[in-house]
Amino acid sequence: MAGIDGSMAHLSDTLFTTSIATYALAMVGFTAEYAFGRKGRIAATVPVAAPARELVGVGGPPAAEFIDPPVAAPIAPAEGRSFADRIGRASFAITILGVLLHGTSIAVRAIAVDAVPWSNMYEFSSVAGLVGVIAFVAVLWKLPQLRHLGGIILLPVILLMFLAGTVFYSKAQPLVPALQSYWLAIHVTLVSVAEGALMVSAVLTVLYLAKSRYDRVSVRPGYRPGSLGALAARLPDVTALDKAAYRIVAFSFPLYTVAIICGAIWAEAAWGRYWGWDPKETWAFIVWVVYACYLHARATAGWKGRAAAWVNLAGFAAIIFNFVIVNMVISGLHSYAGLS
Amino acid sequence: MTTPRMNGQLNTVIRPLRMAWRRLTSMRTALILLFLLAVAAVPGSILPQRPLNPDKTNSYIASHGAWGRFLDHLGMYDVFGSVWFAAIYLLLFVSLVGCLIPRIRLHARAMIRKPLPAPRNLDRLPENAAFDVAESADAYADAARRTLGRRWRVTRRVEASGAVTLSAEKGYSRETGNLLFHVALLAGLVLIAIGQLYKYQGSVIVTQGDGFCNVIPSYDAWKPGRLAANGKANMAPFCIDKLNSFTATYTKTGEPSKFAADVTYQKNLDAPKQRDTITVNHPLRLEGDRVYLISHGFSPTITVRMPDGETITDTQAFVPSDATTFLSEGAFKETGKPGAHQDVGISGIFAPTPGESANGLISTSPQVNNPVLDMFVYVGDVNPNGQPESVYSLDTSALKKIGQASLKVGQSKTFPNGVKVTFDGWKPYASIQVSHDPTQGYLLIAVVAMVLGLIGSLGIRRRRLWLRVTPPSEAADGSPTVVSVGGLARSDSGNFTAEFAALLERLQAAGTAVQPVAVPAGKE
Repeated sequence: MAGIDGSMAHLSDTLFTTSIATYALAMVGFTAEYAFGRKGRIAATVPVAAPARELVGVGGPPAAEFIDPPVAAPIAPAEGRSFADRIGRASFAITILGVLLHGTSIAVRAIAVDAVPWSNMYEFSSVAGLVGVIAFVAVLWKLPQLRHLGGIILLPVILLMFLAGTVFYSKAQPLVPALQSYWLAIHVTLVSVAEGALMVSAVLTVLYLAKSRYDRVSVRPGYRPGSLGALAARLPDVTALDKAAYRIVAFSFPLYTVAIICGAIWAEAAWGRYWGWDPKETWAFIVWVVYACYLHARATAGWKGRAAAWVNLAGFAAIIFNFVIVNMVISGLHSYAGLS
Repeated sequence: MTTPRMNGQLNTVIRPLRMAWRRLTSMRTALILLFLLAVAAVPGSILPQRPLNPDKTNSYIASHGAWGRFLDHLGMYDVFGSVWFAAIYLLLFVSLVGCLIPRIRLHARAMIRKPLPAPRNLDRLPENAAFDVAESADAYADAARRTLGRRWRVTRRVEASGAVTLSAEKGYSRETGNLLFHVALLAGLVLIAIGQLYKYQGSVIVTQGDGFCNVIPSYDAWKPGRLAANGKANMAPFCIDKLNSFTATYTKTGEPSKFAADVTYQKNLDAPKQRDTITVNHPLRLEGDRVYLISHGFSPTITVRMPDGETITDTQAFVPSDATTFLSEGAFKETGKPGAHQDVGISGIFAPTPGESANGLISTSPQVNNPVLDMFVYVGDVNPNGQPESVYSLDTSALKKIGQASLKVGQSKTFPNGVKVTFDGWKPYASIQVSHDPTQGYLLIAVVAMVLGLIGSLGIRRRRLWLRVTPPSEAADGSPTVVSVGGLARSDSGNFTAEFAALLERLQAAGTAVQPVAVPAGKE
């Protein structure tokens, strides 16, 4: 195994820091759009699919165009682009720039360590953060009216990356023998993609709970919206949030399942058994079971809606526990945090 | 013949049973059991677990007094082997079986049955529309059927009024996938259970130059499954004849980069000798068993001149007490003439790269560089009770210390009563584990089926669609052929509104428009 290319590792770190700054700028922009824009209110009052139905009714332009509206052409007010809208678009472009910088940082780190760069907590957080942002961009493709929520989605990503760069940081190092396997690329990639996407689902679920609380509280007589209430009022409607959160879990759950299976196949080759209730394995099992609960809860009377949403958040809490506590406090075979 | 009284008795027994069964197999119960399973697994990751780490468990119990012992009574140190954990997953298992059987029956029936006839009022469905076409009802119905294509299962019916209806349904694979996932899950659990019963695992320390055969006496530790214990294990007759060499490679900064055990083996007694290298991620797979390189260490060799003048050369594996620097501990036990109380016992510390500290000998690196063997030398009885005991530690209860030494390779030291100890050198050893699990290959098939089922179950959407094509009225100013369409999302509505709109577009294109404006059915 080749050694570490120090200058490449340094370049990767610089790109990483720059991408955090870029995301932070985009977050400020999205927040400005959210604060000043009226698009939020428009999106909240007009159901997503309404244009498609009306247009079909009058035999207008092909409805398909409205199923996947291009990101560059959200339902803009007819009188032209507002200031907030322009800020939103610019923030979106800055986010894409951040993704490019971030992706390059990971690629350069890969060249520096001459292996897939996700063998410790820092590298894993970086990859999971990138997946989170990409998942957000993908959600925007389907639901462009969520764009002004970019700040809320980018916040946990920036937080994660900040922790990655400070608390979790470890220098580029060659892989220890146990990690020298192509399963590292497969297993860890799948886990980070699934968990990055589940992070976005969790954020959408928090928004769903906020909006559904607003919907319940705001109809009470004598309700006067506070500042939080005013923010909640601009969120998209609960059904859209719930559906988006569910679609992400429906995508991530099979991925997470495959990730666990690949982990088991790897464990069979490396540790002599496919499953051994190592703390990391135990928590992967817990996460899997909780998201299975979520999928079932969503289909069970009495559990639909808010109860299921809390289950989704419990699943994400288990992911956080598995990542932070199991890596840093509980020792086990998966002790690759690189934090000694 | 059953009397009414017997019937009554039967009812008092069966009724509650049936109620309990119904409750157990309900989704709500399954959901709660699933939750319990997740919660029950938590202590298994937080408390030390006896099967994984018995020493840590014992010291935890010792340091937590009554609370520690109380947790032991609850089985908290072997969560995944405990009665309550088993109770949860067995109940879940039964609940799942009870839930699956009727669903499989229903789904099989749905697969055979034709799609349901169109409801009378299509405009009451969540998605609906109506438009006019110039074709006759029959011609349009044919065209619409072609447009729907093969993905939809379509049944054509003619109503009493003369209207032609098409009932279309798609996405049956969703339920098929769902059932496949759950059946494969059950199969997987059964396979795991069988594997646990018949598996075995043996571990052995092999010093470079030595070998072993796959028979129980070879192993230092032997863990059979319940049905492989007491000599019932059907063991593959292979031998690892010789560990030709064990090599540990390190980077310039001292990080380990490769561990490799070069072995010569025979698949069975008649097979030719073969050679292979076992590394950390590449076990040797032999006759359904797997031979792993688990860890490694050092075996120092010493020559002891006993009090009676006899010389013994001995090599003993030392256990690394520090996983990073490989400072290792061990013992030599050389027995003299029986009853003479002239055994020599030596407890030693081996430092691959020695360094000094206030607490005595330390090691600064796992790589070997001028190693040092520190030892305490005793004379007396090394095993006064004749009980089996650890080879790594010395029972000094019947021994008298005669001195200590710190030797480099080649050095020796003589002690008062004629005992002389020479540090001859060292050899690496490999800690080898042999594992056998007869079902893991089948389990892999089951989990692949689970994933396929899961993808079908979460990715495919069940949809129902009905078309009612009403022929034009006879009157001259009568309406043209009217097509009303209704759609229903039977699962995961996703963006069904948009889906329906796209479908409607294609259905409209299948006919020739009479007039540009279509009126949504039932809407003004």
